[in-house]
Amino acid sequence: MNKIFEDSSHLDALEAEAIFIMREVAAECEKPVMLYSIGKDSSVMLHLAIKAFYPEKPPFPFLHIDTTWKFREMIEFRDRTAKKQGIEMLVYTNEEGVRQGINPFDHGSAYTDIMKTQALKQALEKYGFTAAFGGGRRDEEKSRAKERIFSFRNQAQAWEPKNQRPEMWKLYNTQLHKGESIRVFPLSNWTEKDIWQYIAREKIEIVPLYFAKVRPVVCRDGNIIMVDDDRMRLFPGEKIEHKSIRFRTLGCYPLTGGIESTADTLEEIVRETLGAVTSERTSRVIDHEGAGSMERRKREGYF
Amino acid sequence: MEGLLKFITCGSVDDGKSTLIGHMLYDAKLLFTDQEHALELESRVGSRSGKTDYSLLLDGLMAEREQGITIDVAYRYFATEKRSFIVADTPGHEEYTRNMAVGASFADLAVILIDASKGILVQTKRHARICTLMGIRYFIFAVNKMDLIYYSQKEYTRIEKEIKKLAIDLGLCNVEIIPVSAVEGDNITARSLSMPWYQGKTLLEYLETVHIEDGEDEQGFVLPIQRVCRPNQSFRGFQGQIESGTVSIGDELTVLPSRERASVQSIFVADKEMTLAEKQQAVTISLNREIDISRGCVMVKDADVIVSNMFTASILWMDDARLRRGKNFLLKLCTRLVPASVMQIKYRVDIHTGEQIAATSLGKNEIGVCDVVVSDEIVYSTFANHRGLGSFIMIDRLTNMTSACGVVEHSLRRSENIVWQKLDITREIRAASMGQRPMTLWFTGLSGSGKSALANEVEKRLNVKGRHTMLLDGDNIRLGLNKNLGFEPEDRIENIRRIAEVAKLMNDAGLIVLAAFISPYETDRQGARDIIGEENFIEVYVSTPLEVCERRDVKGLYGKARRGEIPNFTGISSAYETPEKPEIVIDTGTQSLEECTECILTFLYQYFLVEEGVCNDVGR
Repeated sequence: MNKIFEDSSHLDALEAEAIFIMREVAAECEKPVMLYSIGKDSSVMLHLAIKAFYPEKPPFPFLHIDTTWKFREMIEFRDRTAKKQGIEMLVYTNEEGVRQGINPFDHGSAYTDIMKTQALKQALEKYGFTAAFGGGRRDEEKSRAKERIFSFRNQAQAWEPKNQRPEMWKLYNTQLHKGESIRVFPLSNWTEKDIWQYIAREKIEIVPLYFAKVRPVVCRDGNIIMVDDDRMRLFPGEKIEHKSIRFRTLGCYPLTGGIESTADTLEEIVRETLGAVTSERTSRVIDHEGAGSMERRKREGYF
Repeated sequence: MEGLLKFITCGSVDDGKSTLIGHMLYDAKLLFTDQEHALELESRVGSRSGKTDYSLLLDGLMAEREQGITIDVAYRYFATEKRSFIVADTPGHEEYTRNMAVGASFADLAVILIDASKGILVQTKRHARICTLMGIRYFIFAVNKMDLIYYSQKEYTRIEKEIKKLAIDLGLCNVEIIPVSAVEGDNITARSLSMPWYQGKTLLEYLETVHIEDGEDEQGFVLPIQRVCRPNQSFRGFQGQIESGTVSIGDELTVLPSRERASVQSIFVADKEMTLAEKQQAVTISLNREIDISRGCVMVKDADVIVSNMFTASILWMDDARLRRGKNFLLKLCTRLVPASVMQIKYRVDIHTGEQIAATSLGKNEIGVCDVVVSDEIVYSTFANHRGLGSFIMIDRLTNMTSACGVVEHSLRRSENIVWQKLDITREIRAASMGQRPMTLWFTGLSGSGKSALANEVEKRLNVKGRHTMLLDGDNIRLGLNKNLGFEPEDRIENIRRIAEVAKLMNDAGLIVLAAFISPYETDRQGARDIIGEENFIEVYVSTPLEVCERRDVKGLYGKARRGEIPNFTGISSAYETPEKPEIVIDTGTQSLEECTECILTFLYQYFLVEEGVCNDVGR
């Protein structure tokens, strides 16, 4: 396992960069918020935010967009973490979507749009946030690889990929017109491997779903979907199996594929990741809807 | 083992940048299987030749894949056994030069591709020049598409000579030249069998072993303050990232620009209390005594920095609207954001020859040298001495666009600067200092049509937005400047001529003028337009019909005119010539005052933005 931690000077550099970015936002932006998705990247971001402003608490609230379809362990983890860190955690759900009964089984990509994209837009509007930190990394997907660290959203909260502001050195231009906002990605230059190494080095607590455990699952279109509660609908012929699985990303449980694994320690996860043969977003079902689907959603305001 | 290497690939369109990186990742087995799979699938759909198209790995935006070009910088992360890399693949199109510069500002090394069948192009030189400007000190020239020239050593030697000449012209020091074929994979990760005459390293070998000296020559301790941290009454810490040097508890630091001194009481590196901190670390420092420190101040010890409000800089202009002398903008240097303006454009650098060409303005993607004056004393250094303290961006105050980036060449002191003393204060400079575009809104229409009320309302709204304005109407002109004039046709003509001259002077002074006069004759209005200048004249025809005006008859004038008590009354006993091509037509008979005001403001808003070049960009 020593090889994993051999050279962590680049983690120091990434940490310093992320802290610099967070402090710039806190100093220059009128009303920032940190999006908190409960995933490992969010856990790293929260950890960095605590460090960045120490001995002060982070001078902004955290926001979780709750689709009501998150894993139960995630919600429990979110509430526990907020309490432990003493931070302000705002939770927002698109109640209109809930009333209409929007769910991941019947509504496909409309579900993602209504319960995630629209909900996020509504929440940002409701509180009037002008800058929102997100945990996106450039190594995740091709359109993300092209996004600036300070990424502008127009009055409709849409991203204009052809008209991004130049971002020189570390001189971030945070000037906004009324109604515009910025999404800020302090982890832009981190890779999945960096995230895991940093979690291990800093002993950051993450949702237990990242560690392998025997869980009730169904196999669907090559994805392993966990049956987290009795709202899970089974298709004809599907049956619940018990497999030792873990998750590489977390989201809404019916849309998040797990991988078969027995890695139940950080060291084993990092080792598996270093030798990984599929990239991380493969286990998010929405990314497969076609090349360019991530970019399309981002233009529409998806984080 | 060498540390993380940040590099960019650049070169002209179709020199094969994306293909080169794609092939390197593929060869070095750095692709995940699902990416490899997607690559093969997408290749079959969209490839130009039918072969595997490695560039698809990097060209991530839909528009890019459609057009087969790279618009924006793509960052890729990979590691071999020997080194970790971040590569920024930058666009070759001249139109997207600014995105190329974004990549260059981030990198330590540049891989510049040259198409062996074409040799050095203008764009190659532009990119090499921008890389140098942005501070890159290591270069690899990859002579690509060697397969297309049948791996000819003779051809290669000719291009090699051209490159060496370019390197001398630009003063590049660490230059490596490698013949490659990105499509075939020659000399990318493995030595080419087709070019036995090349004995040097492969591209990847060189990238893995090159040692980058990064700011090792930067003198002294420098900490620009990002923010002040006050968790409670007893603690006051100053947060920032150390730009150079080290700091220990007890060190005496000087705070600039105030030049006050204090000693270090405690140091936190992120959340850990330490006795020492060094370059790159994010720190919180508290001092032994209370001094006034805020964001933008810089703490130093034995550092060669400058405190002044003027310097000469090389800049890359990136905005659609041209840069002209007197342009006002926000300057961001380190953590300081401050109003500034361009006093003088000294010259433009010819991309092709490097020649210094006298210039009064700079266009998009041009490099120039200019003198910049800042509204306050700031702490900076020359870029050569200190990268972090010598680089800046210029932000347009109206559009918020990052219009330029630049590096400080040297400081200017007022006494040394002859140009400043000779500088004429021009209309542009006065306008820039008010942060607005002067113009005259000329309201014409019948008596009682609502011109004055409307002009008054528009002026109020402009004032709320911080615009500097002046309203001219019968009340302040007829009673003063023009009190010797009557209502005979010749007097009316002279009346309008004088008003137009006054409006022009006020525009020269930087003001937005609102002139509300009946001005019934087309020739007179045209005369006013000629005096004030076509580009500054906005004719607002308040077209409220005679019946409506007469019904209103606010001042009782129509009644008197009908009774013959007022001779030469426009609309009754004197003609009103309807404007032929007014910029705006307003009817207060059918629209509320508020609607009319909104209509004019909307027009102005678009006019402002068009003038500043925003709309052009958005529409593309």
